[in-house]
Amino acid sequence: MIRFEDVGVRFDDRREPVLRGVDLRVDEGEMVLVVGSTGSGKSTLLRCVNGLVPHFSGGTLSGRITVDGRDTRTHRPRDLADIVGVVGQDPAAAFVTDTVEEELAYGMESLGVTGDVMRRRVEETLDLLGLADVRQRTLRTLSGGQQQRVAIGGVLAAHPRILVLDEPTSALDPVAAEEVLAALTRLVHDLGLTVLLAEHRLERVVQYADRVVVVENGWVRADLPAVAMATSPVSPPVVDLGRLAGWSPLPLSVRDARRAAGPIRLQLAGRSPVRVIKPVTTSGLDTALLSARALVVNRGRRAVLRGIDLEVNPGEIVALMGRNGSGKSTLLAAACGQLPARLGSVRTGGLDPASLKPQQLVRHVGLVPQDPGLLLYGDTVGGECRAADTDMRAAPGTTRALLVHLAPDVEDDTHPRDLSEGQRLALALAVVLAGKPPLVLLDEPTRGLDYGAKSRLVASLRSLATERHGVLVATHDVELVAELADRVVVIADGEVVTDGPTDAVLAGSPAFAPQVAKVMHPQPWLTVADVAAALVLPPPLAG
Amino acid sequence: MTLAIHDHRLPRLLHPAAWWAWAIGLAMAANRTTNPLLLALIVVVAAYVVAARRELGAASPFGAFLRLGLLAITLRVVFQVLLGGGTPGRTVLFTLPEIPLPSGSSGVRLGGPVTLEGVLAATYEGARLAAVLACIGAANTLASPRRLLRYVPATLYEVGTALVVALTYAPQLVDDARRVRVARRLRGHGGRGIRELARLAVPVLDSALERSLNLAASMESRGYGRSVHRDARSRRQATALTLAGLSGVIAGVYGLLDGSPAPLLGLPLLIVGAVAATASLAVGARRDPRSRYRPDPWATPEWLVLGCGAAAGVLVMIAAQRGVPGIVVQTSPATWPILPWAPSLGVLLALVPAWLSPLPPLRAAGPVDGLQDVGATS
Repeated sequence: MIRFEDVGVRFDDRREPVLRGVDLRVDEGEMVLVVGSTGSGKSTLLRCVNGLVPHFSGGTLSGRITVDGRDTRTHRPRDLADIVGVVGQDPAAAFVTDTVEEELAYGMESLGVTGDVMRRRVEETLDLLGLADVRQRTLRTLSGGQQQRVAIGGVLAAHPRILVLDEPTSALDPVAAEEVLAALTRLVHDLGLTVLLAEHRLERVVQYADRVVVVENGWVRADLPAVAMATSPVSPPVVDLGRLAGWSPLPLSVRDARRAAGPIRLQLAGRSPVRVIKPVTTSGLDTALLSARALVVNRGRRAVLRGIDLEVNPGEIVALMGRNGSGKSTLLAAACGQLPARLGSVRTGGLDPASLKPQQLVRHVGLVPQDPGLLLYGDTVGGECRAADTDMRAAPGTTRALLVHLAPDVEDDTHPRDLSEGQRLALALAVVLAGKPPLVLLDEPTRGLDYGAKSRLVASLRSLATERHGVLVATHDVELVAELADRVVVIADGEVVTDGPTDAVLAGSPAFAPQVAKVMHPQPWLTVADVAAALVLPPPLAG
Repeated sequence: MTLAIHDHRLPRLLHPAAWWAWAIGLAMAANRTTNPLLLALIVVVAAYVVAARRELGAASPFGAFLRLGLLAITLRVVFQVLLGGGTPGRTVLFTLPEIPLPSGSSGVRLGGPVTLEGVLAATYEGARLAAVLACIGAANTLASPRRLLRYVPATLYEVGTALVVALTYAPQLVDDARRVRVARRLRGHGGRGIRELARLAVPVLDSALERSLNLAASMESRGYGRSVHRDARSRRQATALTLAGLSGVIAGVYGLLDGSPAPLLGLPLLIVGAVAATASLAVGARRDPRSRYRPDPWATPEWLVLGCGAAAGVLVMIAAQRGVPGIVVQTSPATWPILPWAPSLGVLLALVPAWLSPLPPLRAAGPVDGLQDVGATS
C-alpha cells in the first residue's frame, strides 16, 4: 500500500537531514504506530505519505515514495486525496467549513462524489463517530474530543484507503481518547483501513498496533511492537514495568502485564509505596497560596464554574483533572485574574487576582498557558530572557539562569519558534518563574511532550515544590499526575467531584487509573519508580 | 424534491440567496428615501424579522451593524457642523468660530454658523446610510455570508474560497489578539498603549500565519482544486465572460439606483450583463467536477421572501420616481416629516417573512441542552 524506498528528506535551513535512508513498507489493513522523541522526524514521515512533504513544505526529497502505485513526486496531495486522508495535530486549525455536516462533506465535494452517495456517507460517518447529536453545531462550539472526531470523520467520509493521524489523542481526556481510538480500531477491523499513527502517549495506543516504526535522529526501523518496545527510546509505563521485572515477551497492554505480574504482586504484598508525606497545613485564607470559595465564573452568559472550593498550599502540587470542557482552564484563568469571580471569591495570597495590577500580579501568581508561545514575543531565546528580566523586574540574567536549570541545552540565538515543545515550555516556565510567584499554574503542560521532556518537567516542578512554591497543574495525563501530584482535584461540569490524595483518587477510578495501578491492583502502586524503589529495598520483617 | 419544502411550516434553513435578495430589496428602498420615519420603519422591519427568524447559536452581527449605522449618522452630523457644507438655511442654531481658508477653496468652510437645516439634512443622509447598513446586517444574521458563498458559481470558485478563508481568518485574528493580550498580563504588562500594541502584533500575526498555513495544507490534502483538467484557455474565457457580465450587472444596478441619469441606460445594461453572466456561469458549471452536499432547495417560501423584499424595494422606487411627497423630506425650510402611506405599505410587505417563512431548525426545536445562544453574546 505504502512504500518508502531509500527516502531522505532535507530542509534547506537545517544542517542535518530530517529523514535518511528510510525503507518502509506498509501493507493494506495494517495499523502502524510511529514513535520517537519530539523533533525526531515523525511528523515529516507522516506528511511524506500524501506528498505534503515536499510539495507543500518545501525541502528536498530523495528516493521514492509510492502510495497505491502512485509516485508522490508526480502526484500532488490533492491528487492523492482519494486514497490518503490526513488528520493533523490541531483539529481546529484544519477545519475548512463552519458546521459539522459541512465539514464532513467538504472532502467529498472536492472529489466530486454525487449528492445521494454523499448524503448517505455523511449519515454513516455521523453514526460511526457518534456525532449525530451535534450534526448542526458550529465547529468552534464543540469540545476538543468532538472536534477531533469531526476532523477524523471529515477525512474518513471521503473513503480513503489510508488514514494518517498525527497525535490524534494528545488534546483529549482519557475517556475521549478511548472513544477515538475505539473508533479507529473498529475501522481497521471492519473496513480494512490502513492506519499510520504517531502518538506520544504510547500507553494509549501501543496495544492496538500491528507494527511499530521507531524514528530516531532521522533513522527509521520497523518491528513487531514487543520487539520495537524493547529498545525504543520512548516507552509506556507498562513496558517500563516489564523491562524492570524482566518479562519476556514485553507486555504491551495492561491485560498482558497483569497476567505476568503475579510474582511481583506476591513479592510486594503488604507493602506500600515510600512516599514523602508532606506536612499538610490546615490553613485558612491567610496562608493558602490559592483559595477559591464557592467560586462561580461565567464565560459569556454560561456559568462554567459553579461553586468551586479549592485550596493550594505552599509546597503542594495539585493536579486538576476533568473531561474536556469541564472548566479546568477557566479555573486557572480565574486564579490569575483573567476572568472575574461572578459569585464567591478567589484569592491568591489573600488578594483578589483580578484587582491586581499586572506588575503586582506576577509577584503572586504565574500561569504557563496551554500554548506556551503566548508568553513569548522575542525573536531569540537570549532576547526573550532579557526582556523577561525587565518585565518581571528581576536582576539581569535571572531568566537565563532559570532556563539553564530547566533545559540546559538551549542556545541563546535560537528563535523560540524553532525550539522543541519541551524546550519552549521550559522557556515559558522560566519567564514566569523570573517573577518569583509563590503560585505557579500550568495548563496542559504535557501536550506534545515526549517521555524525556516530561520527566524533566516533573523534576523541575518537584524542585519548585520543595522551595515552598504551590503548583496547580490542569492535565489529562494520568501518568503525569501519578508521578507528580500530591493531591488530585477532579472537576466535572464546573463542580468539584473529588478532592483527595493522588493514590486514593487515581487508584479508585478506572478512567483515571495509571497503567501501573491497573497492573498492580489492588495494591497501591502508581508508578514504575514506586515499584522499582520498593523492589530494591529489603522486604519488611514479617509481622 | 418533496412537496413538504413548499410548506413554510416545515422548519428548515431558507436558501441564503433568498434572505440576501430580501435584504437587498429593503436596502434599495432605504437608499431612495431620506424620510427618517420611513427609514426607521425599514430598520424596525429588518430588526423584527431578524428577531423572529434568526437561527439559535449562529453569529449575530446585526447589533454591530446598527452601531455602525449610529456612527455613520454621528460622523455625518459632525462633519456638517465643522465644515458647514453648501446647505442653505436661515435657522442658525449656534455659531462656531470660523477659520479663514485661502481663497480658491470656495464651497469649503471651517466653522461658522451652524444651521438647523444643515444639521437636519446631514442627519437624514446619515440615517439613510444607517438603514442600508441595518439591512446588510440583517442579511448577515439571517443567512451567514459563508452559506451564501457555497453558491458562488464554479467559474468564480477560487474567489469564493478566498472570501471564505478571509471570513474565517478575521474572527480568529480577533480571538488570537484577545488571547495574546490576556497573556500579556502574565508578563506584568497591561497590554495597552502603542508600544504594547507593537509587541502584541508579532505573536498575533505569527499565529495567524501559522493557522492559514495549516488551513492551506488541510485544504490541499482534502483535494481542493483537484482534477480541474479543463484547459486553461477556456477557463480564462469563462472567467472573463463572468467578470464582464457581473460588471454589467453592477453598472446596471447602479444606473437604476442612482435615479438621476435616465433609467433607460440602467435597465439595458442590467439585462445584457445578467445574460452574459448567466451564460458564462452555465458554461462553467457544466465543467465543474465538484459536487455539492445538500444544496438548499429553492421552493415557495424562497420565492415569497424574495418577492416581499423586492416588492418593498420596487414600491419605494416607483414612488420616488413619481415624486410622491414624503419620500424626500424637505429640509429647507425645515418641515415635520410625514409617513407616506403607499411606500410605507410596501416596506411593511417585507415584514411578511417574519411569519410566512420556515423557522430555522434549532429555533423550532427550542433551546437545547448544552447549546448556549452564543449569538447573543458575541
